[in-house]
Amino acid sequence: MERTTLDLWVGMFVVAGIAALVMLAMKVGNLSTYNVSESYEVHAYFSNIGGLKPKASVRSAGVLIGRVTEITLDTERYEARVVMSLDKRYQFPKDTFANILTAGLLGEQYIGLMPGGDEEMLQNGEQLKKTQSAVILEDLIGKFLYSKAEEPAK
Amino acid sequence: MPAAKTIRVIGHRAINAVWRIGMATRFFFLILLYSGNSFRRFHLIIKELFSTGVMSLIIIVVAGLFVGMVLGLQGYETLKRYGSESALGVMVALGLVRELGPVVAALLFASRAGSAMTAEIGLMKATEQISAMEMMAVNPVARIVAPRFWAGVVSMPLLAALFSAVGVFGGYFVGVVQIGVDEGSFWSQMQAAVDFREDILNGVIKSFVFGMAVTVIALFEGYDAPPTAEGVSGATTRTVVQSSLAILMLDFVLTAMMFGGN
Repeated sequence: MERTTLDLWVGMFVVAGIAALVMLAMKVGNLSTYNVSESYEVHAYFSNIGGLKPKASVRSAGVLIGRVTEITLDTERYEARVVMSLDKRYQFPKDTFANILTAGLLGEQYIGLMPGGDEEMLQNGEQLKKTQSAVILEDLIGKFLYSKAEEPAK
Repeated sequence: MPAAKTIRVIGHRAINAVWRIGMATRFFFLILLYSGNSFRRFHLIIKELFSTGVMSLIIIVVAGLFVGMVLGLQGYETLKRYGSESALGVMVALGLVRELGPVVAALLFASRAGSAMTAEIGLMKATEQISAMEMMAVNPVARIVAPRFWAGVVSMPLLAALFSAVGVFGGYFVGVVQIGVDEGSFWSQMQAAVDFREDILNGVIKSFVFGMAVTVIALFEGYDAPPTAEGVSGATTRTVVQSSLAILMLDFVLTAMMFGGN
């Protein structure tokens, strides 16, 4: 087959296009930070998850260690069941505390893990027993007004 | 009776439009049917890739750069009011990758390459080259139309990706280099917010669909053009108008399917 300058131009075009796609994936998107390491799943029950969404981050001491994979309502106890997948490199004690926290005042909600003191570590599929629900701003305001009303008038 | 006449004209147009949609669909399946032939003669596709893809490079790159720069400028002006200039990278990248990259690249592609395709094939028909091919038992769809179709379908996603990539750098240039938004937050917030599958891959799918729509419309209009000078010019105009409308309508449908609802 003969080589022509046409082939060179088309080759350059295809290479440039693919390079642009790779650049978008690596530099613009999050493919380079995709977690390829192994993970394990744990779940926890919350009485209220507020605005937590699937794919929200799970952090401990501020470090991203996993993602929320699934949120369902357990109709036996009427609580939200949140499944999260954590990086296998990070092991947590069995009595780890799971909080739903907010990044900033009105920011996204995420799960914060506070390790306890247990000797045994959490295994795949186990449950985080100690949880604290999301802080709902309306409840907070309601409580505040309530306590104000209860105060004796001066 | 002008009222009866108006109704008659409208009805005639409507029936005509449905007729043409049916013909275009049949034409599309004919292209797919004869694609095997054109893959065996790959140099034909390469030749068309040159005239549709490589020749559109300059307009795509220049347009992408300026669209990105405008996004950087406008985004900064708006975000500044809320004190969130650091989200400029997110805005530029998401705007380009999800919407502007595929759509504007496809609009440019329709007017740059689509109109050329229509004019070329229409002229071939007017100068009876297509009937001459049929005389020689060469299938014109396999020989002329299918290679152009595949060249368009392949080059469209590549062009859209180039558009987005250049646009992000345009936004970077205006936002970070000129205005002075923090470079670290520009890139890191962008990387945190842009998802590969959700945003980039959906953009590629969009541009793939647009490429198909534009090339099918352009090739059909050319193949169906009345073999006169007037007919070819009318067909070229119709190509640009119809493919632009098709891109925008398809964009809404695809966006609703990909991002709508959640």
